[in-house]
Amino acid sequence: MASGSQKRSATLNLVLSGFLILWLVVAIFPFAWTFWGSFKVEGDFFSKASWQNALFGPLTRLEHGNAFTGAGYHGAWVKEEFWRAALNSFVVVVCVVVISLTFGTLGGYALSRSTYRYAFWLLLMALVFRAMPPLTLVSGYLLPFYQWNLWGHLPTAIIVLVAINQPFTLWMLTAFFRNIPKDLDESARVDGCTPFQAFRHVIIPVMWPGVITTGLFSFLLAYNDFVVTSMLLSKQNQTMIPKIASFLGTTQTEGNVMFAVSSVVSVTAPLFLLVMFFQRQIVSGLTAGAVKG
Amino acid sequence: MKHATFLRFFLPTATAMLLFIALPILSVLIQSVHVPHDRVVVEVENCTPFGCTKSTVIDQNATEKLRDEKPLGRFVGMAIYTDRSHLAFSELGEAWHRSASMGDFAARVMNLPFYRALAFTLTYMAVVTPLSIMLGFVVALAVNAIPRLMRGPIIFFSLLPMIVTPLVGALILFWMVDSRGILGAAVQWLVNDPNLSLKASTPLTWIMLLVYGTWSTAPFAFVVYYAGLQTVPQDSLESAMLDGATRWQRIRYIVLPHLMPLTVFMFLIKIMDNFRVFEPIVSFNAGAHAQSLSYFIYSDLGGETRLLSSAAATSVLTIAGVLVLLSPVLVRTWRQFGKA
Repeated sequence: MASGSQKRSATLNLVLSGFLILWLVVAIFPFAWTFWGSFKVEGDFFSKASWQNALFGPLTRLEHGNAFTGAGYHGAWVKEEFWRAALNSFVVVVCVVVISLTFGTLGGYALSRSTYRYAFWLLLMALVFRAMPPLTLVSGYLLPFYQWNLWGHLPTAIIVLVAINQPFTLWMLTAFFRNIPKDLDESARVDGCTPFQAFRHVIIPVMWPGVITTGLFSFLLAYNDFVVTSMLLSKQNQTMIPKIASFLGTTQTEGNVMFAVSSVVSVTAPLFLLVMFFQRQIVSGLTAGAVKG
Repeated sequence: MKHATFLRFFLPTATAMLLFIALPILSVLIQSVHVPHDRVVVEVENCTPFGCTKSTVIDQNATEKLRDEKPLGRFVGMAIYTDRSHLAFSELGEAWHRSASMGDFAARVMNLPFYRALAFTLTYMAVVTPLSIMLGFVVALAVNAIPRLMRGPIIFFSLLPMIVTPLVGALILFWMVDSRGILGAAVQWLVNDPNLSLKASTPLTWIMLLVYGTWSTAPFAFVVYYAGLQTVPQDSLESAMLDGATRWQRIRYIVLPHLMPLTVFMFLIKIMDNFRVFEPIVSFNAGAHAQSLSYFIYSDLGGETRLLSSAAATSVLTIAGVLVLLSPVLVRTWRQFGKA
């Protein structure tokens, strides 16, 4: 569009940049506002008197002697033991990503190399499974999990998240493996490798770009999950997102909504870093299915 | 690849999906036609020198025994599906006979919890999907027109509403529209009503949820369209310009047709995703004003009395809805890959 841009009129340019600025404000401002407000006391962030109190924090100054306070963070992380939830989240996310990528690469590789009809039907099944709302599945888990005493433990939530994640992982990785030429592993087979050796020595070294992109989405699914973790984990094993939801239930009455605000900021920070470092992979993953298909 | 090798590679993922997706669907189906056992009641006669009185007590042992023998509960067939909380056929029929006008009938139907949830879910789906796709398209056009150097940061910031945890993103907006938050205060100032609370009114709650939905899904449409715009054939654009096509005509007759397959793809995906809307209702604490099908299941499962059978019936109905929405996607995939 380089040649087009020279002909653009000044008014159009103005409208375009005005619209973009408006969009950016809509996209960023809520985050910036909440980040700034998380260092205030509740009376300022939720101010009856004037919205400007959230900017300058007169009550925060009164209570803490400074316009910024880490009281919300201290309350959430130390008093309410948000660190425990963060630890649980870390365990869940790492396990889900590792296990679902292991299962997914094996399965995706098999699907991409199979010439039989059932490979297509399996992919179609996976598509149906991907469309299932997680809550409908959760209502199926609860009764058996109670009966067999599986409810409440981290491994249960991990394996359920892995399973829910599989359909998407399979689709992404199958598409990715199809782009790796078949000649590579076939020539390894001709040289006397078993199928597993061919996978191990030929495919694994070249699969990392696709695996990293898929892994990012597995990470997001596990990290952002509320449905499975809130329904299947006991209080002790709660991850961060259900923990925030529980702050809302219990502490809103105590006037400690700032705990929730500061933990919301804490949860969002790693996602910022993730997008910052992996923007290219996320964009390519989002568009992979769409632009090609 | 041979069958045996295929099986060995595919076994882990197949087991995971079978155990934790296929079986739960089956389990939901079975649960939805059973209800928990009633407690076994026996009549005992207490005789005293002054006469005998009859009283009923709960036979704990028999109850335990019954529950152990048949943990699924009592088979009731389709009774749960047709009760007042679900399809409510008899209530529907009654409402049809009693109501004077269509509006009256609609109001009566909206009092039934399942139909209320269905109405919100469908509204959310029908409003958010096109709005977010249109917004994403316009942003993509605008970003595509600015110097390359600035695009990276803009894409970064545009991704945020989508990447952030749904529950968290909705909470952030919810705090801002609180009557003591900045957007809430701005709305109060705009309509000049200092007591206006967005949370207290049903229509305003719906609008807030729809705004959140559009905000959080527009980035996906933006990214997909932006990638699609890079593949628009430059020579067609240039020849159109030589023929004197205006900017609008070029978008209308070259860019839009080129992006049509993408638009169809996004519609299909987003309709399914928006049908599952759930987290924002929890964040907005809006259960009293707006329930989606997922939230309906969630509120049955939570709380003191876990209404597993009711949740299971709603789940089956939701799955049926998903399958209907999914059918065009399946047909499309079939045409693309299945013919070979």
